[in-house]
Amino acid sequence: MTHAAAAPRITIERARSWPRLRRAVRRAGFWLSVVVIVSPAILVFLWMLSLSLKNEIDNLAYPPVFIPDPPTLKNYVQVFTENSMGLYFWNSIVVSGCATLIALAVGVPAGYGIARLQAHRFMVLILIARMTPALSYLIPLFTVFQFLGLNNTLTALVITHLVITVPIVVYVMAGHFETLPKELEEAALIDGGSAWTLFRYVALPLARPGIVVGTILAFIFSWNNFVFGAVLAGRATRTLPAAVYNVLTFEQLAWGPLAGAAIVVTLPVLMLTIFIQKEIVAGLTTGGVKA
Amino acid sequence: MSARSTPAAPSAFFARRRRNYRRFIIPALVVVGAVIIFPWLFTVWMSAFDWKIGSVAHFVGFDNYVNLATNQRFIESIGHTFYFTVLAVVVPLVLGTIAALIFHREFRWRGVLRAVFTMPMMATPVAIALVWTMMFHPQQGVLNYLLSLVGLPPSLWVYSPTLVIPSLVLVEIWHWTPLVMLIVLGGLAALPTEPYESARLDGATEWQLFRFITLPLIAPFLIVAAVIRTIDAVKAFDTIYVISQGGPGTASETINLYLYLQAFAFYNVGNASAVVVVFFGIILALALLLLHVRQRAQWAVL
Repeated sequence: MTHAAAAPRITIERARSWPRLRRAVRRAGFWLSVVVIVSPAILVFLWMLSLSLKNEIDNLAYPPVFIPDPPTLKNYVQVFTENSMGLYFWNSIVVSGCATLIALAVGVPAGYGIARLQAHRFMVLILIARMTPALSYLIPLFTVFQFLGLNNTLTALVITHLVITVPIVVYVMAGHFETLPKELEEAALIDGGSAWTLFRYVALPLARPGIVVGTILAFIFSWNNFVFGAVLAGRATRTLPAAVYNVLTFEQLAWGPLAGAAIVVTLPVLMLTIFIQKEIVAGLTTGGVKA
Repeated sequence: MSARSTPAAPSAFFARRRRNYRRFIIPALVVVGAVIIFPWLFTVWMSAFDWKIGSVAHFVGFDNYVNLATNQRFIESIGHTFYFTVLAVVVPLVLGTIAALIFHREFRWRGVLRAVFTMPMMATPVAIALVWTMMFHPQQGVLNYLLSLVGLPPSLWVYSPTLVIPSLVLVEIWHWTPLVMLIVLGGLAALPTEPYESARLDGATEWQLFRFITLPLIAPFLIVAAVIRTIDAVKAFDTIYVISQGGPGTASETINLYLYLQAFAFYNVGNASAVVVVFFGIILALALLLLHVRQRAQWAVL
């Protein structure tokens, strides 16, 4: 009796445990692939952080020292005090900030006009502008600035950065205004509003999410630009990426300060990215999906 | 999308107000004219001159272009650009698709992990390039240490003429695979569920589901990703300039690097302008080619 009762229970348990094991193996395999695909992204940033928090002896040690022990902020202090990182940080904020503000001033109304006029030719122009290598704008602008005596000034940099910021803002805003319903404006039109009133009091308030995305994308792309600053700026007017490359690589080969400076450059961008996680794709694929 | 929303006859209100709307575009048109269209025209004009900054310009017609056609170094730079571009498009497309398939599934921490995975995309290229320069270092670099852990011999990475371009592509892959992933993820989100259910009932394997249902449906998104990746890879500059400066020798000198040297090391403005015009032609041709493929692919899918 007891035998007969026990036997079927064992087979049922065995039958249950096999798929469970297989599922566990598959789950482990899945998580392994997640780790493999995500770890390069995080490890480079962690290595950057590790280099910036170690002294030079540990940075050049072989095998490498991974965990800073004890961690030191010496590298950060050095880049700010000896390499005037603060000045370059300020230059970057002025250049990217001004270029973004000017782009908003001309680009938001333009996006509205393009959306309402269905001005596709202007959009094609913007797309070609974004496809052109940045260097090709630099040569003519450089010669003109040379002629005007504007080289080595922040003004020249702001003007050049408009090459980046204006197309992005126009593109994002035109796309955004196209998604807004025309009915609201038509209703306001019947009430006797001018085109400007419609834009200012009906369309613009509705476009705030688009403006946020356009602003952040324009600022990030301008901030990340290296070659304009590298060519046009003088010693005192360099933007951060140009300064990190020029000042730090030529005047010293120490890894710690270099990594510290690299973090100072890229941290603001990574923080801004968090706000527009979802909209990044739309901004980056300009023209690809929609045109 | 915009083509679809165009009404056959614009509504009367807006038609009457066209002139008013044009005013909104004028400021942007002025700025675009000054910083974008003017440089284009000026470049074409300069390309007809033998002109070094600081000396007198001579009109030479098409001589700059003729010289480029026989310039060994320039022709080699086109070859390097294509080699770099093919690798920097194909590998991120494959890896990005795999990553998208992974992130398409529901799992714990998905949002956080996806945010981490996309971080490289927006990081400042110069800063990242400097970190990779340190990682590539043959003696003290962490990459050779990692190779030694799995029993592989150390590599020269960017110091080897044959490995420099694949090594630079490694950085490019790290940087831009997330963008491909996000684009493909958008495609996966729009997939219908019915074909999968009926195919599963017919006993299809996971691979068959991917190969015969998923892949054709996300093909348009893959092509979009390929177009964007191609344009960006052809234009790659910061990473190459910071890590290898086109070296060793001229082993990683792409068109963009050659252009930079001509313009801002030798101040050979006329010649550099001709390079820009040719370069732009190449980019435009590639973009049109890929868009043509895209249109055909879309017809095939629909």
